[in-house]
Amino acid sequence: MADSISLKKLVTCLLLVVVAMFVFGFALVPIYDVMCKAFGINGKTGGQYQGEQVVDTSRQVRVQFLSTNTADMPWDFYPKHDELTANPGAVNEMVFIARNPTDKPMSAQAVPSIAPSNAAAFFHKTECFCFTQQVLQPGEQIEMPVRFIVDRDMPKEVKHLTLSYTLFDITARHPPVAVNTGG
Amino acid sequence: MSAVIDDHGHADHAHGPAKGLMRWVLTTNHKDIGTLYLWFAFCMFLLGGSFAMVIRAELFQPGLQIVQPEFFNQMTTMHGLVMVFGAVMPAFVGLANWMIPLMVGAPDMALPRMNNFSFWLLPAAFLLLVSTLFSPGGGPNFGWTFYAPLSTTYAPESVTFFIFAIHLMGISSIMGAINVVATILNLRAPGMTLMKMPLFVWTWLITAFLLIAVMPVLAGCVTMMLMDIHFGTSFFSAAGGGDPVLFQHVFWFFGHPEVYIMILPAFGAVSQIIPAFARKPLFGYTSMVYATASIAFLSFIVWAHHMFVVGIPLVGELFFMYATMLIAVPTGVKVFNWASTMWQGSMTFETPMLFAVAFVILFSIGGFSGLMLAIAPADFQYQDTYFVVAHFHYVLVPGAIFGIFASAYYWLPKWTGHMYDETLGKLHFWLSFVGMNLTFFPMHFVGLAGMPRRIPDYNLQFADFNMVSSIGAFMFGATQIFFLFIVIKTIRGGEPAPAKPWDGAEGLEWSVPSPAPYHTFTTPPEVK
Repeated sequence: MADSISLKKLVTCLLLVVVAMFVFGFALVPIYDVMCKAFGINGKTGGQYQGEQVVDTSRQVRVQFLSTNTADMPWDFYPKHDELTANPGAVNEMVFIARNPTDKPMSAQAVPSIAPSNAAAFFHKTECFCFTQQVLQPGEQIEMPVRFIVDRDMPKEVKHLTLSYTLFDITARHPPVAVNTGG
Repeated sequence: MSAVIDDHGHADHAHGPAKGLMRWVLTTNHKDIGTLYLWFAFCMFLLGGSFAMVIRAELFQPGLQIVQPEFFNQMTTMHGLVMVFGAVMPAFVGLANWMIPLMVGAPDMALPRMNNFSFWLLPAAFLLLVSTLFSPGGGPNFGWTFYAPLSTTYAPESVTFFIFAIHLMGISSIMGAINVVATILNLRAPGMTLMKMPLFVWTWLITAFLLIAVMPVLAGCVTMMLMDIHFGTSFFSAAGGGDPVLFQHVFWFFGHPEVYIMILPAFGAVSQIIPAFARKPLFGYTSMVYATASIAFLSFIVWAHHMFVVGIPLVGELFFMYATMLIAVPTGVKVFNWASTMWQGSMTFETPMLFAVAFVILFSIGGFSGLMLAIAPADFQYQDTYFVVAHFHYVLVPGAIFGIFASAYYWLPKWTGHMYDETLGKLHFWLSFVGMNLTFFPMHFVGLAGMPRRIPDYNLQFADFNMVSSIGAFMFGATQIFFLFIVIKTIRGGEPAPAKPWDGAEGLEWSVPSPAPYHTFTTPPEVK
C-alpha cells in the first residue's frame, strides 16, 4: 500500500517501544519506592524525621513491637517491652536488644514495617537502628534505641499500631571488620 | 541457492518447497513456519500435559504415593511454564503465521527471515528449560509465577537456565509480534482497509501490541532476578533495601496482559468460525474491534488484583477491584455478539462449531469465577485455593485451547487439502468436553472449601472430588493423543477438500485452492 509507512520505519518504531518497555521495567523499581514513600503504603516508613510536634493529650495509641529473624539468622533479637502507650505528638523510645551468639563477627540489617499500612505515613522515626547496619562481634550484645513520634493527624480510627522489624543477615554482602581483642 | 530449484523445471515462479530436512531448518515460507510452530506447540502440549498427569496421579488419593513433594513442585511449575510459553502462545503464533498472510492477501510475512529465527529460538529455549529437570537440585520449583525470594534466595541452582530460557522465549515472542504488526500494517491487499480486516487479524494485531509492550517487562523482571542471584544487587531482597512485593508488581504488570495475549487470538478465531456455521455475518463487527481494544487497554491497569492479600491500601484494593470488574463489560459485549450471531442463524454443528460454542459457554463460566475473584474481600478467602486453579483452567482450556482446536479443525482442510473425519472430530470434541469439565468443575468446590493449590497432599474431605478430577484429567489427556491420530489421518488422506469447504465461511483464505499452494497472493487480490 502506497500510503503506509515504510517497513524499516515501522520496525524501528516497534523496536524502540521494546527498548522503552524494557527500561520501563527497571524504572518500576524507583517508581515503586517513591509511591510507597509518598503514600505511606505497603507499611513502608520514611527516613529520619526532623520535625517536632505538640503533644496531643486527648488520645492515646497502643504501639506493639514485634521482632522476627529471617531464616538462618542466628542472633537473639527482641524488644525490651512488648508494647507501650503513646500520645500523638510525643517522642517515645523503645530499646531493642540484639546479641550475636555465634563465634564469628556478623553484620545485620533490620527492616521496619508498620501495620495497619494506612498508618505508616503517620509514624515518624526520629532515630532508629534500622537507618544503619549493625556489626556485632562474637558473643557481643547491644541495646538499640528507636525513637518515634505518632503524628497528631493520624486517623482517629487507628487506636493500635504494630511496629515490626525483620532482621536480615548481610554478613556475606557487607563483611564485618573483626576487632582484634588482643590489643 | 539450489534449495529453491524445483524438480519440475518450470521457468515460472511457482517454486515448491525444498526437499529434505533442510527445508524446515532454512525455510522462510510463512506456511512452513506456521506448520513448525503448530507442531512444536502440540509437542509442548503433550509434554506439559504429561506433567499434569503426574500432578493428577499424585492427587488421585490423599497422602504421598507417587512423587516426592520436591518433584511435585517442579511438576506444577513446569506444567504452567510449558503450557503458557510452549503450547498456547506458539500455537497462536503458528495460526497467525499460516492465516494472517492468507487473510489479508499478502504473499508472506513482512520479515520472513526473522520469522525463521523467532521459531528456531523456541526449541533452544525449551531444551534449556526442560533440561533443568535432570540437573542436580532439580528444575524450577517455585511455581510458574516464580515469586521472589522463592526464585532467588531459595531457588535451585538451575534457576539461571530458567532465566535464560525465559529470555529466549521473550525474544522469540517479541520478534514474532513485530512480524505480525508489520505484516498487518504494511502488506494488506489493496482495498483491505483496517475495518474490513477479518476479526482474527484484528485480535492478533492487538495481541501483538500487548506482546511488544509486556514481554520486555518480563525480560527486565528476570534480568533483575539474575542480578540479584549472581551480581549482588537487591532488587527483591529486603536485606539489601529491596522488596519482594516489588517482584509481584513487576511480574503481574507483565502477567495480566499475558493472560489476554493467550485469549484474544481465540476470541478472533471464534469470531471467524461462529458466523461461518451460523451462516450469518458476525453481529456487531465494529463493537467487537473496540471491545478487544478496550480489554487490551484495561489489562494494563488491573494487575494488582493478583495481589489483594499482600497488604495494598484499601484505596488500591477498591481501584483494582472496580477496574477488574470493568473488564466484564467489553467481554460481555463479545459474548452477546457471539450469541446474537447465532440467533436465528441456520446453524450446523460441525466440529469447529462445536468447539466454538463450547468456548462461548465454558469461557463465560471462567469469566464469572473471575468476577468472583475480583471481589477483593472475597478474594481473601479464594486466594491460592483450587478455586483459582478452576478459574484459570476454565479460561485457558475451553478458552484458549478449545479456540485452538476449533481453528485447527476449521482450517485443516485448507492446510492439508483433505477433510478430517467428522465422526472422529466430534468424538474428540465430546471426550474433551466431558473430560475437561470432570477435571476442573469439582475444583471449584474443593477450592471454596479451602483446599490450597500447589500442595501434593490434602485433607481427607477432598478425596472424592479429587479422584473425579484425576479421572477427568486422564480422560482429557488420553483424548489429545486421539487428536494427534485424527490430524495425522487427515494429512495422509481423506476426502479431498474444495477451496471453500464451509458454505458460510467468508474471507480471502477460501479463495485459494486447498491445500493452499506453497506461494499464494504473489499478485495481491483486489478487495472490494
